[in-house]
Amino acid sequence: MTITRRNLLKMMGITALGTAFGKYLTARADSPVARVISKVFIENPRSQKNRSAQKVRLAMVIDLRKCVSDQGCTKCIDACNQAHNIPNFGNSKDAIKWIWKERYEDAFIDQENFYIKEEFKGKLVPVFCNNCDNPPCVEVCPTQATFKRDDGIVMMDWHRCIGCRYCMAACPYGSRSFNWRDPRPFISNINEDYPTRSAGVVEKCTWCDERVSQGLLPICVEACPEKALVFGNLNDPASEVRRLLKDNFSIRRKPGLGTSPEIYYLV
Amino acid sequence: MLEYAFRGSKRYWAWLTFLCIIISVGFYFYIKQLSYGLGITGMSRDVSWGLYIAQFTFIVGIAASAVMVVLPYYLHNYKVFSRVTILGEFLAISSVIMCITFVFVDLGQPSRVLNIFLYPTPHSLMFWDVIALGGYLVLNVIITRVTLGSEYKHIEPPGWIRPVIIISIPWAISIHTVTAFLFAGLAGRPFWLTAILAPRFLASAFSAGPALLIVLSMIVKKITGFDVNDEALKKLSLIVTYAMCINVFLILMELFTTLYGGIPEDVSHLQFLYSGLDGNHTLVPWMWASSILALGSLIFLITPRCRNNYKILFLSCLMVFFSIWIDKGLGLVIAGFTPSQFGNVVKYWPTLPESFIALGIWGVGAFLVTAFYKITISIRQELKV
Repeated sequence: MTITRRNLLKMMGITALGTAFGKYLTARADSPVARVISKVFIENPRSQKNRSAQKVRLAMVIDLRKCVSDQGCTKCIDACNQAHNIPNFGNSKDAIKWIWKERYEDAFIDQENFYIKEEFKGKLVPVFCNNCDNPPCVEVCPTQATFKRDDGIVMMDWHRCIGCRYCMAACPYGSRSFNWRDPRPFISNINEDYPTRSAGVVEKCTWCDERVSQGLLPICVEACPEKALVFGNLNDPASEVRRLLKDNFSIRRKPGLGTSPEIYYLV
Repeated sequence: MLEYAFRGSKRYWAWLTFLCIIISVGFYFYIKQLSYGLGITGMSRDVSWGLYIAQFTFIVGIAASAVMVVLPYYLHNYKVFSRVTILGEFLAISSVIMCITFVFVDLGQPSRVLNIFLYPTPHSLMFWDVIALGGYLVLNVIITRVTLGSEYKHIEPPGWIRPVIIISIPWAISIHTVTAFLFAGLAGRPFWLTAILAPRFLASAFSAGPALLIVLSMIVKKITGFDVNDEALKKLSLIVTYAMCINVFLILMELFTTLYGGIPEDVSHLQFLYSGLDGNHTLVPWMWASSILALGSLIFLITPRCRNNYKILFLSCLMVFFSIWIDKGLGLVIAGFTPSQFGNVVKYWPTLPESFIALGIWGVGAFLVTAFYKITISIRQELKV
């Protein structure tokens, strides 16, 4: 190729584009390749060292021995639904769920224990977003509309979400809901202090980040008459959650997947 | 060059009008979807991807399969493919446009699609898939534009196009590999979490794609007299045969590991597909139809007497195409979500609006293929090459 002005300009354009694209990517390192390499050579997948080293790692402990949700109690669910403008469509196809009940065997599907304690057979347990320490939803989101805060809460930006629902495919807990249609007409009693959502975005429980930032407990914790839900900082050795976990046997949902779910169930 | 797309017989215009009607119906339902939300589809909280993403996955394969004619022709200088290669490349362009449209109609907030570029996220494979597909589209547009443009002007194509073509070969492999990684990297979805998903995608793509190319070439010959030549069709049919053998082999590998390994959660997805789960048999007849079509097509394709008979070849190629369409364009995505994370079976079936939107996008693809092929064939027939 002879170097004419036209060709030179073309080459400069291509070089500039290439450089810009390289910069664009390196500015946000952390590509799949980097992840794969670090998983093999640096991390020990079972090591606790990978856990958030921040001062605060929020977590929740649910004492299933105290929880009476299978006796018809829906206090935590009702309080959450009201506080967060959760619509009620009256059908399961469009349903939005932040806290809800599942049978023990379904919530802990990988337990595969036919001879469990009688009272746990078919027991309804409250489930919600585990705010994982290693959240797969955050890993797959193409716009960082879902992201992990320093204190461990996995957040949702409803203004950035493009509604691709890749996070829903990635979540092993079915914790995410999509607004299949406009939710606003289906909210019976709108709470003006909390945003409603538009159609076409994903949402989930964020452990009441709006309350946590004011030093309050999540509303479900406050609403529980049995004090079965306990919320606190796992990285504080003196916290209530740490004490409960030290003194009681706890299980988590699908811990084998490496997501490090941060809701601990006492059985 | 484009002017050729605007000159045609009555039959040509009738066909394009027909496609426009299909596209308009799809567009009408898309407008409805925009105002109502994606709740207009059969998708739900538990089956949160459906026909759109499934069709996208299948058609990425069709796009990638152009490499099966590009590679022999350009890398090995296999002259027999001189006519069919351009048809393959235009099929690729049309397919990529269909893919992008399918992803677009699946978005809950399509007006925010540029957020993918405004907040680029290299740890998300969707970001890489967008790069791979966009790049592949650009490469193929440049390649076809330059090679066909040179023919039109009766000159040799410029030298710099060769490296571009060479890059397009691994790039074609990449688009389907990255698409497989979208699924195969999710720890919470055992049905997709398999290392042979990408190889399976490639094998099924390299059988369904060339099968479609054979079918299209035969139709083109019948309508326009433009003959890609017998030897090219024979070679292509051999490619379909080998790729289909590998595809079926890989499916059987998957079945063995899952069923003999016997992890209940993994097995349950196959039960849903092949025998029904919790009284839900939605996909069972489809999956068995897919299996029968696959085995039937293999019997025809492996037997030289059948493969070399154009009528039987045409039929076998359709069988290959539909077998893989069911497997990848229906089963793969739905079964990944069924049973759900809680082990229950939530029924999914595309609704009428959803199906019409999908059909509309197929209409767009058919429209593009028709227009591109019209231009190509007009130029070639004028040149008598």
